[in-house]
Amino acid sequence: MSLLSRVKFLLHITRTHGIARRYFVVNGFDGALTMLGIIIGFTISASTDLVLIINACLGAAIALAVSGVSSAYVSEAAERRRELTALESSMIADLEESLHGDAVRWVPLLIGLVNGSAPLIISIVILVPLWLASAGVSLPMSPLYAAILVALLSTFLLGVFLGRIAGTSWLRSGVRTLSIALLTAALIYLFAGS
Amino acid sequence: MVSVKRIVLDVLKPHLPNALEFSRTIAGLGHDYRVHLTVIEVDEQTETLQVVVDGSAIDFDAVQTSINSMGGSIHSIDEVEVQSEVDAGRE
Repeated sequence: MSLLSRVKFLLHITRTHGIARRYFVVNGFDGALTMLGIIIGFTISASTDLVLIINACLGAAIALAVSGVSSAYVSEAAERRRELTALESSMIADLEESLHGDAVRWVPLLIGLVNGSAPLIISIVILVPLWLASAGVSLPMSPLYAAILVALLSTFLLGVFLGRIAGTSWLRSGVRTLSIALLTAALIYLFAGS
Repeated sequence: MVSVKRIVLDVLKPHLPNALEFSRTIAGLGHDYRVHLTVIEVDEQTETLQVVVDGSAIDFDAVQTSINSMGGSIHSIDEVEVQSEVDAGRE
């Protein structure tokens, strides 16, 4: 069995496909909105030091990633252990050496990695305009506004992804998550900009 | 040498992997294994199965290890069919 097939199989027997997907969207959304908030905050402050902005955003992204991995790992490990104990009680057998035992060891790690990588990857994508500008690449607009646009686009795409999972209108779902991001931006301008 | 041609097992296993995945894994252990699985009883967390494996030379240890690795346990061997090579040659 290839590694990918084994991963799919372990997620299947623990019925955790949906959990991993949910974590990806939830924490990915967290990452996008956090970057949006920090970048808008710097826009309001009229700070032009790109290195400072990149470092602040990267620090937040890494913190989100570590928090995502550790929190999901700890909670999923406890859940999987509880389920294995219940299953062992029904089977009247030790399942540590079975696929179910493997799942208890590996699935929390996989879910933790999904939960942690989602905000990190999305944050890095949002930071691309800032990196390009700091590397001397000329952009058609201010790098901060370009990063805000990418952040809004990311939230829209997460909504599209959710719409496709639910089998509903991807446009409606995308617009809904985009509206949340726009509301966040409006709140930041309202409270931080005053 | 004696070859095992058929075994009928009473197996308890968790709901997952399901009956199809369970049978496929066992059938994949040999080049000519034929697996017939019947779900006898379904409980909240487990199911009781009758697993019939046919083949020219069944490796029982491999079948048992495979069942255990999928979280199942063999409760009993209900039927076996074995054949010695001498008998096979006379046929």
